[in-house]
Amino acid sequence: MPTRHLKDGVNVYQTAGKKCKFFKLFRSRASSGTQCLFLHLGIMTCVHLLLTLVFAVSLGTPVEVHRPRGVPLSKKPFYEENKPFTCLDGSKTILFDQVNDDYCDCKDGSDEPGTAACPNGKFHCTNAGYKPTFIPSSRINDGICDCCDTTDEYNSGAKCENTCKELGRKEREVLQKMAEITKEGFLLKQQLIEEAKKGRGEKQSKVTEMQDNKKQLEEKVEALRTVKETAEQPEREAKERHLKAWEEQKAAIRLVKDKAKMAEAFLELDDNADGLVSVSELQSHAELDSDTDGTLSEAEAKGLMGGVEQVDTATFESVWENIKDKYHSESQPEEPAPVETPVDEVKEPVVDNESEPYPEDISEEEDEDDDDDDEYHEEDEKAPPTMKTPEKSQEDEEAMPPYEADTQVLIEAAQKARDDFEEAEKALREMDDQIRNIEKELSFDFGPNAEFTYLYSQCYELSTSEYIYRLCPFNRVSQKPKFGGSETNLGTWGSWSGPENNKYLSMKYEHGTGCWQGPNRSTTVKLTCGKETMLTSTSEPSRCEYLMEFITPAVCQEPSNIDLSAHGHTEL
Amino acid sequence: MAANSIERMGLLSVLCVSLFFSSTFAVDRGSFKTCDQSSFCKRQRTLKPGQSPYRALLDTLELSDSRLTLQLINDNNKVHLLLELYRLQGNMTRVKINELKPLKPRFEVPDVLIADPPTEPLSVLSQDDNGLVLSLGAESQRLIVSARPFRLDIMEGPEVLLSLNSRGLLAFEHLRLRKDTQAQPDGAEVKESTEADQQQAEGEKDEDGENDKDEDGLWDESFKAHADTKPNGPTSISLDFSLPGVEHVYGIPEHADNLKLKTTDGGDPYRLYNLDVFQYELYNPMALYGSVPVMIAHNTQRTMGIFWLNAAETWVDISSNTAGKTVFGKMLDFVQGSSETPQTDVRWISESGIIDVFIMLGPKPSDVFSQYASLTGTQSFPPLASLAYHQCRWNYNDQDDVKSVDEGFDQHDIPYDFIWLDIEHADGKRYFTWDPHKFPEPKEMLQGLMEKRRKMVAIVDPHIKVDSDYKIHNEITNKDFYVKNSDGRNYEGWCWPGNSGYPDFTNPEMRAWWASMFSYDQYEGSMENLFTWNDMNEPSVFNGPEITMHKDAIHGKWEHRDVHNIYGLYVQKATAEGQIQRSGGVERPFVLTRAFFAGSQRYGAVWTGDNAADWGHLKISIPMCLSLGLVGISFCGADVGGFFNNPSTELLVRWYQTGAYQPFFRAHAHLDTTRREPWLFGPENTALIREAIRQRYALLPYWYQLIYQAHTTGMPVMRPLWVDYPKETATFTIDDEFLIGRDLLVHPVTEEGSRGVTAYLPGAGEVWYDVHTFQKHNGAQNLYIPVTLSSIPVFQRGGSIIPRKDRIRRSSACMENDPYTLYVALSPKKFAEGELYIDDGHSFNYDTKSEFIHRKLTFANNSLTSRNLCPDCKFSTSSWVEKVVILGASKPRKVLLKVDGKETPVEFEFDASMSVLTLRKPGINAGMDWTILLQSQRNDL
Repeated sequence: MPTRHLKDGVNVYQTAGKKCKFFKLFRSRASSGTQCLFLHLGIMTCVHLLLTLVFAVSLGTPVEVHRPRGVPLSKKPFYEENKPFTCLDGSKTILFDQVNDDYCDCKDGSDEPGTAACPNGKFHCTNAGYKPTFIPSSRINDGICDCCDTTDEYNSGAKCENTCKELGRKEREVLQKMAEITKEGFLLKQQLIEEAKKGRGEKQSKVTEMQDNKKQLEEKVEALRTVKETAEQPEREAKERHLKAWEEQKAAIRLVKDKAKMAEAFLELDDNADGLVSVSELQSHAELDSDTDGTLSEAEAKGLMGGVEQVDTATFESVWENIKDKYHSESQPEEPAPVETPVDEVKEPVVDNESEPYPEDISEEEDEDDDDDDEYHEEDEKAPPTMKTPEKSQEDEEAMPPYEADTQVLIEAAQKARDDFEEAEKALREMDDQIRNIEKELSFDFGPNAEFTYLYSQCYELSTSEYIYRLCPFNRVSQKPKFGGSETNLGTWGSWSGPENNKYLSMKYEHGTGCWQGPNRSTTVKLTCGKETMLTSTSEPSRCEYLMEFITPAVCQEPSNIDLSAHGHTEL
Repeated sequence: MAANSIERMGLLSVLCVSLFFSSTFAVDRGSFKTCDQSSFCKRQRTLKPGQSPYRALLDTLELSDSRLTLQLINDNNKVHLLLELYRLQGNMTRVKINELKPLKPRFEVPDVLIADPPTEPLSVLSQDDNGLVLSLGAESQRLIVSARPFRLDIMEGPEVLLSLNSRGLLAFEHLRLRKDTQAQPDGAEVKESTEADQQQAEGEKDEDGENDKDEDGLWDESFKAHADTKPNGPTSISLDFSLPGVEHVYGIPEHADNLKLKTTDGGDPYRLYNLDVFQYELYNPMALYGSVPVMIAHNTQRTMGIFWLNAAETWVDISSNTAGKTVFGKMLDFVQGSSETPQTDVRWISESGIIDVFIMLGPKPSDVFSQYASLTGTQSFPPLASLAYHQCRWNYNDQDDVKSVDEGFDQHDIPYDFIWLDIEHADGKRYFTWDPHKFPEPKEMLQGLMEKRRKMVAIVDPHIKVDSDYKIHNEITNKDFYVKNSDGRNYEGWCWPGNSGYPDFTNPEMRAWWASMFSYDQYEGSMENLFTWNDMNEPSVFNGPEITMHKDAIHGKWEHRDVHNIYGLYVQKATAEGQIQRSGGVERPFVLTRAFFAGSQRYGAVWTGDNAADWGHLKISIPMCLSLGLVGISFCGADVGGFFNNPSTELLVRWYQTGAYQPFFRAHAHLDTTRREPWLFGPENTALIREAIRQRYALLPYWYQLIYQAHTTGMPVMRPLWVDYPKETATFTIDDEFLIGRDLLVHPVTEEGSRGVTAYLPGAGEVWYDVHTFQKHNGAQNLYIPVTLSSIPVFQRGGSIIPRKDRIRRSSACMENDPYTLYVALSPKKFAEGELYIDDGHSFNYDTKSEFIHRKLTFANNSLTSRNLCPDCKFSTSSWVEKVVILGASKPRKVLLKVDGKETPVEFEFDASMSVLTLRKPGINAGMDWTILLQSQRNDL
């Protein structure tokens, strides 16, 4: 094949948007499939086909600037046609023909701005109608359209369409929209700042006010404590007196009862009614057996009788002392043994063991456990009264008599003092909590102008196919399966984690629920400017490291900067 | 979305936890059998070297043209065996031993040999009562059959090359009827028993150690609550080989161990049993994911190979008479004239099947490789792009994730060719499907990659979710293609999807159906730039014995016991065939497998499984891939970065630098690791990783040519030094550096905080050039190389020409038409040669239509010539020669390019300090004949 296949040769020159065929050949793939060999040998004759096309077509750019392919306008002066070219790093000077001849001569790649020959080359796309840009020269003629003006694919066969106008239009739309959002967002932000300022001021003065109130309250509590203690002293004394009197009375009653029991027993034991209780008569009461062989032997009986054969009512008194604990009256049924104690012992540990290992998490399983607990408690409450009924009736007989009227007055007075005191103390605690909460809130870093204050104590949710994600700024992030299952903590508030120049562009939540075989879950929340406040996306780029995107007016920047870039700066 | 991984994975993960996840990072040794826990290994190993009970019955000799048969008898039990000997073309001998009349056929492994090996005539040279001597062809090689006891010796001249049964360890557990009542077959069957039984029955009375009731594990055994019913009873086989004069043996992968095999005295034998080993340990003989029962023996005189064709569980014992000796002890032997020559003894034990051994007699390493290739085939010729860089992770979460990773590579100007999707991409681990939420538009995603001239791999594992709403499961069920339990029901086990069936890949109809599932109309969402990865194909069964299938599961006529080690090969074979079929036989497949067997090289790439992010695992990747290369599997790689755990940045960088110089180059990471795309470790490290990957891309023409060579000749791509320096003993144990082809020597930095490495440069009288600095070094020396974090010590052999493409682009496809730079490294005699192979990079047209360019590049007498190695081939390329760099050159007066008799001058530059001559833009098309003449100063006048 002859050496003229210019249409496949590389165009080394360009004017904006148009091809300017300056020659320079080397090889090409001929359509027939056979190969053509073109040699570029150092100094070569060039074929100028230039300029005829230059004015033929216009793509809307008014000025054509003639310069080697891939060179930005700003660098044009370094590429002077037909004069030796000095690499931009000054390392070497080469013939102008060797610029864009598809061989890398300069270490800095500056001799091949329009070919892929240099590993570190940069190709300039003018992208008229859109943003001009540089691409790595390795993307020239690689079959992939990178420049919207298609200039990077001039010899690869890739079919690229010029999309600059469209991109420009879209970008302007986006920027316009962004500008609007930013503008509105920034206004909202100002409001937020105002509100936060106001809120902060209010809160601070509230705290101050509350601190004052707190002092008064503290004083009040102290005063009431004294009142209470003063009232409790006579109450205690009166109660003690009453108790003592009752104890004495009870002892007297018990003595009388015992005597009566003894007399009754004597009559019962005295089978032959001879006014004496004999050893043999006593032996009929096997329950008095002391050596637990089941029978009361004569010797044992005698022992109980104090060594005598028989006793009369007077001397029985000493015998009664020996037997009264065991003695069963023949006429009375046995008293039921009290049974409530074992029930208590069995119940407690079972319940405790199951509920304690998970004190905080509320899982379904534990809910079931709680149900179990409740059942136990119900039994607990129902059972004892029935058990205790006989005892209670017995106790009722021995119940303490009501306080006398004057004691009652003392008690009521003391109780009132106690109630007053507790109420005041509670109020103080509440006040303390409130102060602490406000102080905590005030201690958060809500941004340079406190613009993030409004997020405090709010929560935002986002629902995906599987989970509902919940972000409560400055508090925690969590995830709950949509179709049942417990909530997982994805991290609690850690810190602002944006880049150095603006740390308020991202939040970090840490120390969430531990991952199986992995770290504790954590979440990064990226903040972008928006009119609304919304969680817009969530992902888990790395196992157990979550990423959320959140829009808020609080990060909107002053719009003036954006207006500038919206107009862009399109090179010719 | 891992918040509730445990809950969502349900029972499966609980199983995983109990099976795999121990608190420390180490293999759970208790999950895998030792020889003692494998009843046949224990039985066989109890047998110690001594007098063999086997005797050759010389009067039964039958000799046809190429086949000799002879009966052997075991004097203890009177069981007759049949010995077959073949002399195979290409200097190989095949030895087969089976029962003369087995109760039922014993398994012989199909589908591994590419054809019936062509034979050559055998002739009896002499025969007497003690044995016979056979001629093995011209080279004074003889095969001696000794009768009493039976043994075989292969001799060359006066030297014994190899002996079989010289230690008397031939042991053949013949098939028998169970004698305890429990399994006594009914009367009718007993009556039908053959002559041989009766014959055997006599002998069995005094058969020692083989009385069924006396020994456990003959008719059933169990391991960790898994019962093996063993209806065929004991069936194991064993044979010993002695290699006089041999101290170095290699091969029998896959083990995480050094290149040179160790003696196994006092420990367990090397085990070959394809297993899914969680967090494998280094430097021990435990079985791993794949098995190639091929051992290579080497000394300065000769290289030989033993190929034990058996797919059952196999153990290999190695002992040596010099292993225990110190250097001083050896010297003492030498001084004192000790008569003992070094010798290595090897013993193979398999659980079932027959003895079928191929002895490859070399004598050169390359002869052994071509001999083995003639039996089992060569490395498949993969698409060029698959030699480039692969980006993988378990898992790229969704389409957006894929897109952003793809964009990340462009933003950071790092090339890559393939992005991979692991199991989470499928809908509930139902392979051949896509998760409808995460990957709703797979074609859109693939199209996006295609526009960047990139490709994707999606995983397809062989366990199939038992789910009546799953097409694949239903079709396999309807066609009755599942592996069966011994009771005839479908075998089911736990794997990623939960309860799963396992298709019987040993069944050719099943494989044909499986292959058809890859057609574009069957595999929804697939496109021509989607390729496949077969994982878990040992097969992995989470709740099975040793995490694999029960040995008494049924594959047609055979037990899983018989076919276990070849199952994984069949999975990859069927998948690769599917990929070929979907393109109408036009496009080359790319399939990665974890399990493998002898012959797996024919179907794609292999990786070393689930390694870990630690320095030891980086280091072991070298001997592991070298061992695979020696036995035919060239396309090998390890997960760059380490699969489990998070690598330190330094380790990650070093791993990229190492992986860039290993055949299969893929980064991969476990689901629980933090992200590690190359740009996540700061700009300096991004630059280091970028540079390593770029070096890989520049050398793609060389890699491609080498894998083509592997495909046509069987030569390994990544080689131990001794393969090319077989007489240089200093190279015999080196496994921290390696050769790529003949011409590049790589000593990657695999030590933490390293400030220098010592590389051995082989070849007395040869020179090596540092590929980065062009500094020249002499061969046959240990060279200390100071290193920084950016160093990858690589040397080009003086005497070689390596073509590179130094314009690195986004993907290999983008570089298709780019020009070449030829790196001509001159030998001390000012000579160099190399090759250039070019084709379309992806189709079978190189084969079916001879559409390729294969050229020989030679530098001699001051001229560099490109000569056509395939004049009948037709292929045209747009690539041309942009630069020639001649290392070790002197300054010429003038350089002329000569094409078609016409001479034109070529500009050049000469760097006197490094003696580097650079020719500027010869500009010749790479497919043409040309000569470049360097006219030297002396010729001026």
